[in-house]
Amino acid sequence: MPGYQIDPCEKCEEAMQGYLDRVLSDAEVAEAEAHLAGCSSCAKRYRFEESLRQFVRKCCEEEMPPELKAKLASLRTPL
Amino acid sequence: MSGDTENGAQRVAMEARDRVRFEEEALALSDQVYRVARRLVSTREEAEDLVQETYARAFRSWRSFTPGTNLRAWLLRILTNLNIDRGRRKQRAPDEQPLEEGDYFLYNRLEQSTRDGNLDEERVVERLSQDDIVGALSAVPHDFRDVVVLVDLGDFTYQDAAQILDIPIGTVMSRLHRGRRILKRELADRATGEA
Repeated sequence: MPGYQIDPCEKCEEAMQGYLDRVLSDAEVAEAEAHLAGCSSCAKRYRFEESLRQFVRKCCEEEMPPELKAKLASLRTPL
Repeated sequence: MSGDTENGAQRVAMEARDRVRFEEEALALSDQVYRVARRLVSTREEAEDLVQETYARAFRSWRSFTPGTNLRAWLLRILTNLNIDRGRRKQRAPDEQPLEEGDYFLYNRLEQSTRDGNLDEERVVERLSQDDIVGALSAVPHDFRDVVVLVDLGDFTYQDAAQILDIPIGTVMSRLHRGRRILKRELADRATGEA
């Protein structure tokens, strides 16, 4: 029905999280990839999302304080 | 009778060996457990207490762990339960109002705020600082943040996250999607100076 079709970029946006989490069906993956191959605007946003995820992970890395490690070891049952 | 005593002694020795192995395997995961804990609560002190309490409980109840199953998920389940027991009540009805912002929201906002409108999508994240990320994540409401932290920082599958938090997998997916969108909205406000 003309006028009721979903915007393909909007559909691609909806598919992004599932695509990057690798939980889409083969058909959904194929559909997203077909759109991405011809749409540089969506492709850019997918690449951005990937680098954002990596960046968030990097920013949240925090070493465990060594004293805590020692404390945990001291909780072990004595032999 | 001496046979019984010998069997008993063997059992005790075997159990001690299993326990030692359990404790070693659990301790080997402590960095990963700490990393998740650190983002579930606001302060480093809270995270340290929580991890300590988790290990104390895990070592006490090691017999209830089924060898061969996911020990990291088992530890995180203890940790998230303790975190909730500590007064962080589950939100009865987390906000499920539709969000206006979609998944492209942050990129679109960054693009709009760039003078020539031309972004290098793989370098644009450099406009965000570590403080932006940490601050934005802590602004995501607990129920959504738990799922984002477990899946995106802890590398747990949807299924593991569902078991750890004792919620259906569909709820994991909807909270994850929503949590990530809230995170992006928070980041957009910080990056474009509207926080």
